[in-house]
Amino acid sequence: MSMDIQERVIHTPEFTPGNALQIPIYRVLQQDGSVIPGALVPELDEAQALKIYRAMVFTRVLDERMLAAQRQGRLSFYLQSTGEEATTVGFAAALDDADMIMAQYREQGALAYRGFSVEEFMNQLFGNDQDYGKGRQMPIHYGSRELHYMTISSPLATQIPQAAGYAYGQKLAGQQRCTVTVFGEGAASEGDFHAALNMAAVLKVPVIFLCRNNGYAISTPSSEQFAADGIAPRAVGYGMQSIRVDGNDVLAVCKAMQEARKLAVEQNEPVLVEAMSYRLAAHSSSDDPSGYRNKAEEDKWRAKDPILRMKNWLLAQNWWDDTREKQLLEELRQQVLAAMKLAQQRPPARLEDLITDVYDEPPALLRQQLENLKAHIRKYPEAYPKSAGGIDHG
Amino acid sequence: MAEMNLLQAINNALDIAMASNDKVICFGEDVGVFGGVFRATSHLQEKYGRARCFNTPLVEQGIIGFANGLAAQGSVPVAEIQFADYIFPAFDQIVNEAAKFRYRSGNLFDVGGLTIRTPYGGGIAGGLYHSQSPEAYFAHTPGLKIVVPRNPHQAKGLLLAAIRDPNPVLFFEPKRIYRASVSEVPEEDYELPLGQAEVLKEGADITLLAWGAQMEPLEKAADLAEKEGISCEIIDLRSILPWDADTVAASVMKTGRLLISHEAPLTGGFAGEIAATIQERCFLYLESPISRVTGLDTPFPLVLEKEYLPDQLKIFEAIKHSVNF
Repeated sequence: MSMDIQERVIHTPEFTPGNALQIPIYRVLQQDGSVIPGALVPELDEAQALKIYRAMVFTRVLDERMLAAQRQGRLSFYLQSTGEEATTVGFAAALDDADMIMAQYREQGALAYRGFSVEEFMNQLFGNDQDYGKGRQMPIHYGSRELHYMTISSPLATQIPQAAGYAYGQKLAGQQRCTVTVFGEGAASEGDFHAALNMAAVLKVPVIFLCRNNGYAISTPSSEQFAADGIAPRAVGYGMQSIRVDGNDVLAVCKAMQEARKLAVEQNEPVLVEAMSYRLAAHSSSDDPSGYRNKAEEDKWRAKDPILRMKNWLLAQNWWDDTREKQLLEELRQQVLAAMKLAQQRPPARLEDLITDVYDEPPALLRQQLENLKAHIRKYPEAYPKSAGGIDHG
Repeated sequence: MAEMNLLQAINNALDIAMASNDKVICFGEDVGVFGGVFRATSHLQEKYGRARCFNTPLVEQGIIGFANGLAAQGSVPVAEIQFADYIFPAFDQIVNEAAKFRYRSGNLFDVGGLTIRTPYGGGIAGGLYHSQSPEAYFAHTPGLKIVVPRNPHQAKGLLLAAIRDPNPVLFFEPKRIYRASVSEVPEEDYELPLGQAEVLKEGADITLLAWGAQMEPLEKAADLAEKEGISCEIIDLRSILPWDADTVAASVMKTGRLLISHEAPLTGGFAGEIAATIQERCFLYLESPISRVTGLDTPFPLVLEKEYLPDQLKIFEAIKHSVNF
């Protein structure tokens, strides 16, 4: 027996049941906006509360408008986060703005909270000449160095061990910062999840693993994803602290993340936070949930709308009213529409950027391939309308 | 100058890299106190502390995922995969993540500081899973650099260059000659260029091309051929990706013949890529078909590994066949 395992010797076989550990859900707010008596509330002043709310509403407005744009054929792809805004905004609000976020792809709320502008969102979605990603990735693969938000990568869970490594680097540099990585309950089945938790626990790195348990991995319900009580107990198996939180309760998410951050930054303890929510929209614009779940189930969760819950709380605080609500919606819809029009009119990513950033400098073979391609496009410009106009015809 | 074997040269390079930049961090399975199963990281933990040289749990995908994150953060990770045969759990982190990190973010983020060291190759009675040469899988991935040294002097200079190169580098170490290959190695800090082949010996009749441990049988075969009056030009490719087609093409235009040898299986091996490029660039200069002397298209055997390996006799026969075509 390993020297690190507690020895309690027994003399008849005794199995520990798989459900021995049941982790409760931390909740602060009821749907009507009232604080549950005795619940621990995060410290949140009016300005920050309104900043959180604005980011949540912005995310909802952006999602609605861009899905419509995709349906109109303006956009190749879109992915909504409807129903999960309390988690995606609430976690970012609990952090220092210089903490690194390594998200999955449904966390646009965190970016919105950190101040990614509507123009920046649009430039990425349309892959135009202002897109930081130079038109290389599908829509919704945002990233911002300035906002400490790692560029999104489609392969699931790859960011989780990376977050452990990033956080180790922060610890070594003595930065008093942490890394938060976000992923779904489906991605938590990937090997990278398990690799990351074990390494983080063993190497004591300041990383927070935030699982958005939204019930579905595309069409696969969580009941077909794992047999255990969700994701939170897994962390205990790796020897780290774990908490489960109502993901539709922005105050609970925020408070849980504030406490998790303290453990990470002050004690170099990795933490797992499982936020229980529901993916109200389809997986993406390419998905139709009517084939795998019913409306009654969706309605049940629609009644737990996290934005409405927060609005009710703000109203109860006298920090908000219906006139301001109306003005905000109007303002954000105008903003999104105007930015979309502008982004769509901009030129596409440059042909030259086909070969940049593969290496720090394009090797000779790549430069030759670009020259060959240009010569070909000059010969058949009508077949390559996105780039033919932009290349020199010398 | 000091006499070093290949392992000592690698250890020396890591020591210099860690001493000259405190962002350099070495980790992997058993690399801590023990210094790695081959002892390439000996004494590094003692010298630089547990924070900068440490054991990881036994999880290759985790090691490289962790290394990618460290590199993105600005550290300079040198991750060891204990045997190249065990690199495949990390394939996704290398091919989909490390190689594409800079490109997909439009250069907002990169993992240029990353170096992955791993012992490769057969001839040590290692059977299927301690003998493979997986360079061709990775050569199909834009964004990576792949380097294979042939001796201690090369290993030190190329590894220091790999660690400091602003791109992720896979550094395959020829473990069969870890201790057998001994040479004079400068004790000071020096780098050898990545992406450049080296002409080891000039010749007139045929160009012989290989890398890493395969240089040894290649040179022995050249000696056998010279005795029969065949003048061989010998090139060490050194970098598989990006590879130095100019040096190889210039040589083939002179000799008119090319033989490429690697331990990995024939089909899909990197020799195929070289052959295709060289026939495009040197078509009218070629006196005979480009010859490939490689491992068989089988998993790596155990008892019959001598039969499997492309040794000097197989290369010698192929040289004669090419010259007499």
